[in-house]
Amino acid sequence: MSYKILEKREMVPNVHLIKVDAPDVAKAARAGQFIILRIDEEGERIPLTIADYDVEEGSVTIIFQEMGKTTKQLGTLSCSDDLQDFVGPLGHPADVRNLGTVVLVGGGIGIAPIHPQAKAYREAGNRVISIIGARNEGLLILEDEMRARSDELYVATDDGSKGHHGFVTDIVKEILDGDEEEVARIVVIGPPIMMRVAAGVIAPYDVETIVSLNPIMIDGTGMCGGCRVSVGGKTKFACVDGPEFNAKDVDFDLLMSRLSLYRDEEGQALENYNKCCSGSDCKCQ
Amino acid sequence: MPVQDPQERNSNFNEVALGYTEEQAVLEAGRCLECKNPKCMEGCPVNIDIPGFISKIKVRDFDGAIAKIKETNALPAICGRVCPQEEQCEILCILGKKSEPIAIGRLERFCADHERETNVEKRPVAEPSGKTVAVVGAGPAGLTVAADLARVGHSVTIFESLHEAGGVLIYGIPEFRLPKSIVKEEIDFITKLGVDVKVNYVIGRIKTLNELRDEFDAIFIGTGAGLPKFMGIEGENLNGVYSANEFLTRVNLMKAYRFPEYDTPIKPGKRVVVVGGGNVAMDAARCAQRLGADEVTIVYRRGDEELPARREEIEHAKEEGIVFRLLNNPVRIVEGENMTVAGVECIKMELGEPDGSGRRRPVPIEGSEHLIDADIFIVAIGTSPNPIIFTGSEGLERSEWGTIVVNEDGMTSIEGVCAGGDVVTGAATVISAMGAGKLAAETINTYLMDN
Ligand SMILES: Cc1cc2nc3c(=O)[nH]c(=O)nc-3n(C[C@H](O)[C@H](O)[C@H](O)COP(=O)(O)OP(=O)(O)OC[C@H]3O[C@@H](n4cnc5c(N)ncnc54)[C@H](O)[C@@H]3O)c2cc1C
Ligand SMILES: Cc1cc2nc3c(=O)[nH]c(=O)nc-3n(C[C@H](O)[C@H](O)[C@H](O)COP(=O)(O)OP(=O)(O)OC[C@H]3O[C@@H](n4cnc5c(N)ncnc54)[C@H](O)[C@@H]3O)c2cc1C
Ligand code: SF4
Ligand code: SF4
Ligand code: FES
Repeated sequence: MSYKILEKREMVPNVHLIKVDAPDVAKAARAGQFIILRIDEEGERIPLTIADYDVEEGSVTIIFQEMGKTTKQLGTLSCSDDLQDFVGPLGHPADVRNLGTVVLVGGGIGIAPIHPQAKAYREAGNRVISIIGARNEGLLILEDEMRARSDELYVATDDGSKGHHGFVTDIVKEILDGDEEEVARIVVIGPPIMMRVAAGVIAPYDVETIVSLNPIMIDGTGMCGGCRVSVGGKTKFACVDGPEFNAKDVDFDLLMSRLSLYRDEEGQALENYNKCCSGSDCKCQ
Repeated sequence: MPVQDPQERNSNFNEVALGYTEEQAVLEAGRCLECKNPKCMEGCPVNIDIPGFISKIKVRDFDGAIAKIKETNALPAICGRVCPQEEQCEILCILGKKSEPIAIGRLERFCADHERETNVEKRPVAEPSGKTVAVVGAGPAGLTVAADLARVGHSVTIFESLHEAGGVLIYGIPEFRLPKSIVKEEIDFITKLGVDVKVNYVIGRIKTLNELRDEFDAIFIGTGAGLPKFMGIEGENLNGVYSANEFLTRVNLMKAYRFPEYDTPIKPGKRVVVVGGGNVAMDAARCAQRLGADEVTIVYRRGDEELPARREEIEHAKEEGIVFRLLNNPVRIVEGENMTVAGVECIKMELGEPDGSGRRRPVPIEGSEHLIDADIFIVAIGTSPNPIIFTGSEGLERSEWGTIVVNEDGMTSIEGVCAGGDVVTGAATVISAMGAGKLAAETINTYLMDN
């Protein structure tokens, strides 16, 4: 099997969008689910959230940030290249219902997975307030798309180059402190540290808060237990029990610690890759 | 049978058992009495005509021998290697009463290897029946159903969630026991029969069982028992604690033993503790040893006699230097720096009264807690059925253990849907999964012909 790349572009430095020909996956995909891909025979299986899908075209879009060897290599592929494996949709779809007002918070690359949820919550009849943030304006993705899919959109940047100068959580707090909105649910997706901070900020307000967890995965079908996370003191497999969980129950320290398990090996893989790819007679160019 | 030297093999992933030469095979076959009423066949779950194929080896008709085997067994190179022969066909061989039984498994392996090496491949397939069958899961159960139904002319599609077919044969059992090239060639044989294998296809996610039921004339579910159990003790989510499934999947399916040539990493560990006493525990321990650990220890709560793994695997593990701490059970994993594993606290056990299964129940000896140094802890205490298939499978009856309930013909509570292998029995053996596949194939064939 192989899966053709239909479209590829760099959205901002080191963040790429890839549209893949995968009609069966597109047909079944729902907001909140993810895929696992493998570039080639020697490749690692990596999970990426479904950022968009088009049943008619038979395509699935993923958006990823260059982190290590696999995502760097993925960034070098172009239109009409093939991926060896592309399996999904995996995980439970987001539990989208008509709740009233829903606040969606996306930080950094987390805006990509929030983006299909904006559409889904809107279609289910909710008032959608979205808050997206990045380190600076140049790293902000999907602003126009998020504006189109939300009733209201706020932007925050760490350096103040666009929108609110500060963190997305500042805006969340402002909304919760004000009396204009009766917020039924908050969905927060971003780096684990950001989700942990957000969970802490929101806790006193007692508003249901959902996060999407991103532990290291292999199969994505409940077969290895590598993706286990601790939720409410119980061990869960994020790939089949999640990836979405109630923020107040999640042990974020454990998640972050487990994510760092292979730091040495990841460094080595990236170093080898960079060495190989800077040479002139490189076979992977 | 010749084997690789233990000192050499405990640092490589090459096959341990080297197989018979032609001369050795003919010599061994020569001992078979070709019994009129062969007892050995009663022990074979897939009913191989054992004296039939052995008689052909005697006259050096190796092609004839493999043809005879493949009449009932589509995966002989695999069975010849991993079947618990000593408890099945060989234990019943009449010669075993007075001396050594015939080495049936080794002869079966020899025929299959001979065929692969000399590349003979002619097998008739019947006229197309026009009926379609979906097989979910490409483990030994699913592969057997697919081969048997394709051979009688049905159009078979296998849906497999991983990127490679083979089930446990590919992701679980290590290269040094069952070379992956052999599994691939056996699967090639099945695709040559016209079976369409769709990998990366998760039933319960891309399509549900109920949707498949509308599209196909009949279905077989062989999704195995791949969901790992943990012990529920303190420290089990620390960095350095693996399920045996994860450890073996990284090593076998993802080839982490060849990192960084392959991208998937693994923590090899210096002092590795494996809990469990089955084939899975032996495989995990022997992989850890080959990845370069200084000391690998198997901790098991019963005694040597009760170890459920095959004797041959236990002996091989001992020869390779694996330490066995029997009558011992982990009670806590000790946390080191940065949420890593620093050691395993165990308690000594003694065997008490027999329990419901007839085995003597292990009971902890109070006050006997002690610490074993470890940086990697691998849990190999069993698995339960893979969960995803059950999403969108209304009407499919299950037991309280989560296994699928079938009648004596292998049919589930949904008409036209059969199931077999580990998903029905819980973790068992390759050959029992194949036996269940054979039965289900017959049931499905009858069902298709009647409808
Ligand atoms: C359900 C889920 C959805 C995700 N969605 C997205 C997304 O939409 N966009 C995006 O950019 N990233 C997403 N990620 C994270 C993405 O999978 C990792 O960035 C990627 O695997 C890194 O691989 P690498 O080889 O490039 O980097 P590496 O150098 O291997 O690793 C960099 C870091 O990524 C994490 N990581 C490594 N391997 C894996 C793995 N097999 N599975 C999960 N995490 C791993 C580790 O924390 C590691 O420290 C998601 C992760 C999960 C679990
Ligand atoms: C490490 C290890 C060593 C072993 N050693 C031996 C041995 O020496 N001898 C022996 O006889 N037995 C051994 N066994 C047991 C034996 O391998 C199993 O009993 C046998 O493989 C069961 O076959 P199966 O076809 O039922 O399932 P599996 O082999 O588990 O195959 C099931 C397949 O279904 C796929 N699947 C699951 N869910 C879905 C879904 N929803 N959609 C699509 N596909 C799906 C899985 O990915 C898998 O490929 C061992 C097992 C392990 C784990
Ligand atoms: S398949 Fe297994 S039980 Fe049957 S003859 Fe071969 S080794 Fe013996
Ligand atoms: S029982 Fe032993 S001697 Fe008799 S046919 Fe079987 S293998 Fe040969
Ligand atoms: S990724 Fe293997 S169980 Fe979740």
